[in-house]
Amino acid sequence: MRILLIEDDSEAAAYIVKAFREAGHLVDHASDGLSGYALAGEGVYDVLIVDRMLPKMDGLTLIGGLRQQKVETPVLILSALGQVDDRVKGLRAGGDDYLSKPYAFSELLARTEVLARRKPASNAAPTAYRVGGLELDRLTHKAARDGKDIPLQPREFRLLEYLMRNAGQVVTRTMLLENVWDYHFDPQTNVIDVHVSRLRGKIDKGFDPPLLHTIRGAGYMIRDGAR
Amino acid sequence: MTALGKLFRTTVFKLTAAFVLLFAIGSGLVLGRVGWNVRNLMDDQILETIDADIKGLAEQYADGGIRELVNVIERRTRQPGASLYLVANFAGDIIVGNVKALPDGVLSRAAALETRYERLDDHKKRRALARVFILPGKYRLLVGHDIEEREQLRKILAQALATSLLWLVLIGAIGGLFVARRVLRRVDSMNATAQTIMAGDLGGRLAVNGSGDELDRLARNLNAMLDRIGELMAGMKEVTDNIAHDLKTPLTRLRNEAEQTLRAAPDAAAGREALEKIIEESDGLIRIFNALLMIARAEAGNIAGVAGFDAAEVLRDVAEMYEPVAEDADMRLAVETDGELPVTGNRELIGQALANLVDNAIKYGAPATGAGDAGRDVALSARRQGGMVELTVADRGPGIAVADRARVVDRFVRLENSRSRPGSGLGLSLAAAVARLHGGALRIEDNAPGLRVVIALSPSPPVNPSGAAPSGATT
Repeated sequence: MRILLIEDDSEAAAYIVKAFREAGHLVDHASDGLSGYALAGEGVYDVLIVDRMLPKMDGLTLIGGLRQQKVETPVLILSALGQVDDRVKGLRAGGDDYLSKPYAFSELLARTEVLARRKPASNAAPTAYRVGGLELDRLTHKAARDGKDIPLQPREFRLLEYLMRNAGQVVTRTMLLENVWDYHFDPQTNVIDVHVSRLRGKIDKGFDPPLLHTIRGAGYMIRDGAR
Repeated sequence: MTALGKLFRTTVFKLTAAFVLLFAIGSGLVLGRVGWNVRNLMDDQILETIDADIKGLAEQYADGGIRELVNVIERRTRQPGASLYLVANFAGDIIVGNVKALPDGVLSRAAALETRYERLDDHKKRRALARVFILPGKYRLLVGHDIEEREQLRKILAQALATSLLWLVLIGAIGGLFVARRVLRRVDSMNATAQTIMAGDLGGRLAVNGSGDELDRLARNLNAMLDRIGELMAGMKEVTDNIAHDLKTPLTRLRNEAEQTLRAAPDAAAGREALEKIIEESDGLIRIFNALLMIARAEAGNIAGVAGFDAAEVLRDVAEMYEPVAEDADMRLAVETDGELPVTGNRELIGQALANLVDNAIKYGAPATGAGDAGRDVALSARRQGGMVELTVADRGPGIAVADRARVVDRFVRLENSRSRPGSGLGLSLAAAVARLHGGALRIEDNAPGLRVVIALSPSPPVNPSGAAPSGATT
């Protein structure tokens, strides 16, 4: 995918650019708001990563300007400010995701990949997902593997739905907390891990091959092992 | 000049000047009006007297002819008085009277008029109000009355007006100056105090004289503002001190770890392991840092993302989130909620506070042993109590000694029996700050046995119930 990084801290930018390239992505870098705005306006990127505080034009203004010009490229906001209230402002300004500094690169990579894949037209999500022998029907709220029904709690269903919607992609623990539970705070203990391992017990136990994988140092991924 | 110049520019001076001017115009109008009315009244009375006189004299003439009239008038003119009499024939020749000279043409008009005249007995120029009456036989009778009294009254009134205006201006100016000087002196002292405070003496406060006037209220409000700023500064300082103290320890550990790895020049696998440990350590640091920032923000009371939501739903969410964690620790969570409990605030912060409490309860709690307590190792409840919304997390663990309950909410305080377990000592501090931010308080109570922590929140005002709909509710 093609990424535009707008970040004024040259050291951080160099690190992010290098890491994204190692992950196999194309990255352009702009070091201030104005040049970033000009590049982003071309609309050739799959995703924009925008620092909240930039010289010449701040991040939120930049995003607002792009949205006014009908540039609908997904935007991930990076911010050194606090989690709780700043994310609200960021998302209100037209951002699609928000990550507060400092963050793990694996988190940034996972979020960027999910954002880039999210096409504007895909708002109308499919009514059913299938990964290997695992099926999930969003209309009947039923899941089954190899034709065998898997009884799920409502939250487990949402968890599986989110994982399957992003099948083949790494999703981090905070992404799960945000998208499945709709909270953005720090859950202290390994709360998410416990939920995922329960889900794994239901969908993978007694079946082969395992579909729900733990990606070390990053998060989780549902993937058809055979492919 | 500068002091006087300052005085001229003050609001008090301008107000005083305006009031003096207004009063001057007002009293001038009143006195002028009174004078005018009195003059009209006097004129009316004089004319009435004159008319009565003329009527009497006309009757005398009718009875006794011109001779009788002349006799009567001669008699009257011999008496001293302010009255004027004159009888003339049709040609205007004076037959009898006490008037020496009249302006021309006065006698030819049969009307009431004001005229100059001179008396026979002196040569003073006088003024009179008179009426000319034409008797049968073309004789002209003039009866008049001197109006010197009226003129004197006018002069007295004019003088009174001038004097009172003088006093008015004098008193107004002196009073205004006095008030302005007093106010100015107080404002100057406030300015001086403000300047010393700005120069760095944050303990300084404006003088309050207890009079309750505007300046006093202003001083009191400014003092309250300074107190609040002082509190915030103290809070900031405490946070900075704590950060310095409690982040230095893990930072030192982090650094040592990195240095050790570097010096020992280990093989790739050992180096990798050390780096992973370092990342883990720095993640812990970031968490502490984020928690501190969140507490500081909550305590500063300046949080965006405020909306109406259902506190009971947040409690259920957190309970559901932690249920598997509790089960893994061989504990059971019990949840009781009291219908919808609308609260206005930051849902994330309330969620974080509850998560902290439930996390603590699972960490430090113990399986319940009491009768009828089965399945209630950690009991969560949300209910309305005494006008507040109370979110309670109770466990059956060792609890917290009464002596420790106050200090356990301070930042980084960890009690002896909890030091062996992971944790930053910030969980309760954050919960307390969040409760305060939402107009409530955190209470730490005895659950006999165990610990009960209550987050009391002020509920949403009941106005506009549709506006208090839960935001971001999970579907």
